[in-house]
Amino acid sequence: MKDDSVKHPQAAAEFLKDRAQAKWHDSAIWWVRQKRDAQAKQLPEWEELRRLAREIKAHTLSQLDDYLAQFEANAQNNGVTVHWAADADEHNRIVHSILAARQVKKLVKSKSMLTEECGLNPYLEQRGIEVVDTDLGERIVQLRHEAPSHIVMPAIHLKKEQISELFHKELGTEAGNNDPTYLTHAARANLREHFLTADAGLTGVNFAIAETGGVVVCTNEGNADLGTSLPPIHIASMGLEKIIPKLEHLGVFTRLLARSAIGSPVTTYTSHFHQARPGGEMHIVIVDNGRSDILGNEDFYQSLRCIRCGACMNTCPVYRRSSGFSYSYIIPGPIGSTLGPSRDMKKHGSMAFACSTCGSCSNVCPVKINLHEQLVLHRKKAFDQNLLPTGKKMGLLAMRFLTQHPALFDLGGKVMRKVVPIIPESLTRHSAWSRAGRDLPPMPAQSFKEQYQQRSQNKQDKEEQQ
Amino acid sequence: MQPVPCSSLSEAPRTMKIGLFIPCFINELFPHVAMATLELLESLGCEVAFPMEQSCCGQPLANNGDSKGACDAARRFTGVFQQYDYVVAPSGSCVSHVTHHYDWYIADDPAYQQLKPKVYEIIEFLQDVLKLEKLPKPVYFPHKVSIHQSCHGLRELHHASPSELMIPYQSRLENILKLVDGVEVLLPERRDECCGFGGTFCVDEPELSTAMGEDRVAQHEATGAEYIVGADPSCLMHMGGIIRHQGKRIRPLHIVEILTGRGAGA
Repeated sequence: MKDDSVKHPQAAAEFLKDRAQAKWHDSAIWWVRQKRDAQAKQLPEWEELRRLAREIKAHTLSQLDDYLAQFEANAQNNGVTVHWAADADEHNRIVHSILAARQVKKLVKSKSMLTEECGLNPYLEQRGIEVVDTDLGERIVQLRHEAPSHIVMPAIHLKKEQISELFHKELGTEAGNNDPTYLTHAARANLREHFLTADAGLTGVNFAIAETGGVVVCTNEGNADLGTSLPPIHIASMGLEKIIPKLEHLGVFTRLLARSAIGSPVTTYTSHFHQARPGGEMHIVIVDNGRSDILGNEDFYQSLRCIRCGACMNTCPVYRRSSGFSYSYIIPGPIGSTLGPSRDMKKHGSMAFACSTCGSCSNVCPVKINLHEQLVLHRKKAFDQNLLPTGKKMGLLAMRFLTQHPALFDLGGKVMRKVVPIIPESLTRHSAWSRAGRDLPPMPAQSFKEQYQQRSQNKQDKEEQQ
Repeated sequence: MQPVPCSSLSEAPRTMKIGLFIPCFINELFPHVAMATLELLESLGCEVAFPMEQSCCGQPLANNGDSKGACDAARRFTGVFQQYDYVVAPSGSCVSHVTHHYDWYIADDPAYQQLKPKVYEIIEFLQDVLKLEKLPKPVYFPHKVSIHQSCHGLRELHHASPSELMIPYQSRLENILKLVDGVEVLLPERRDECCGFGGTFCVDEPELSTAMGEDRVAQHEATGAEYIVGADPSCLMHMGGIIRHQGKRIRPLHIVEILTGRGAGA
């Protein structure tokens, strides 16, 4: 589980203390952004695909209730049991009741940010069910008792040496063997055991198709397929925004998803699930957990278009230099910084300010969410709910007043220009501007307004002389 | 060829009057950039007025969620500048706040809706309104410059094609520097990454903001350039603070200072 008391500025400053590790983190993730660019560039219709994806999602969200009902009916016709969960707790209770009724002892899970959001693992573990995450990255963070630091690359914060150490301790691999192939094989052998002995499998859902009642899961490791075909029970958990109307719309999204996420033309596996395997059973749990509230909000409903590709994280200069653990919400980076404050402004308010508003996220987003603008819109809520630090709020109120009184504004500027140069450096060194390595700009003797007045006066004098 | 005087443009049968918008921090900290802008416009034959009652456009208030303050600032700006044919400023970020974000606060104000299409960032104004093909006096600037795209100039005003979008490449700053003799234009690695200023972000998250700035300065430096050239004094101020702290040789320079021929002395 994630520490949701984290405040971004302090956590980021802590992360940056190890500049070498921070630089490595930045470069590793920038490399994925470059791979994304290279793939996108190969499609002349890239921007057209983004426009289409945005419109399909916008249309679907505008009549989501109808499409959800259609999806449910079609899934039921296929023999799937459909459950509705209003919140995280209900989701967990539903999953537990399915598993408990069938005496499930072990559940293999393929990656699902929704179950992270709901806190499913600890819920089931407290009730005696072993949960094994089966994506390699997700398995690594599970063994470290950590949350994922990225929604697509959950262990991107770790170097191979750290993983080697972990596997040595947890899986008994050779100490000091950092060879990625060796480590991957060890994880694979260990996971194979779990697949063979699991009683049920749970997957997330990338897309749910209303006209067919089927769900689509995109993975690169094939673990979702093993986890649903070996055990007899398949539970698919999905947020209610995962719907797309028709199968013919899917191609728009699968073409964008892997390219945006990891710079691959397609995910290795794009698996369609319509019904249980012979003799088995399949359940779909459709989860709201605050999504209806977002849907009803004029400023933030766009965030429900998200297909969880993580491209906004990879491009974000703040995320790359602060890592996922600097964000209090389970989903970090730009998309998390709108979803988190939408869920709980008090807890996740600092995320809305962890942004220089550069806007790169909105440009890489395959469904064109106005991410950086949403963060600024969340700041309105923070201000109105009085969640800004007192000093900052006082400063803003002073600024508000001065903006309406230019003479005083200019006087304040003049005082600043005269006073700053005579303050000893020992006093300014610890200011928020200077403390991390920036000098103050030189203070000019005159403002432009003063220069302009003088210039006008000189002109007038000259004219009078002539 | 003589520079085209504003009064001869087909869009403006009479002499057009430009309201010079000098963002508050430029007024206090970068008066030379403001003066260069004024002189450049005047030397192109424009009639320029500088309304003394202007203050801040309200962007810092808006970016920290103070809707009332932002709304009042937007109304004030509209009142101060509505009498002009054009409003021009040497800052992409402040212009972008006026043209792209005032709608969040005063969309229903008809005076603002009339004003909005008349507000220009200086490079946009030179290229799109004055159709500048030649500088008022020839400029020789025999230096290597690394272009810094400011985020709002880039992604909101479309000063260049952002690296994220798969659209044909263009760059206003590179185009206008073609009018300058001797200059060698370079682009940094990660051609449009943010410098980390971000308004109050720079003091809300000083460590992160400074780290971003240090990386950006190093990327500009690695081009071998002598100057970091941009159209937004806020980014230049941020990188300038890092450059001075680290005692580096590279210098931030506003593009208008080059266009007026004052650049090398700055």
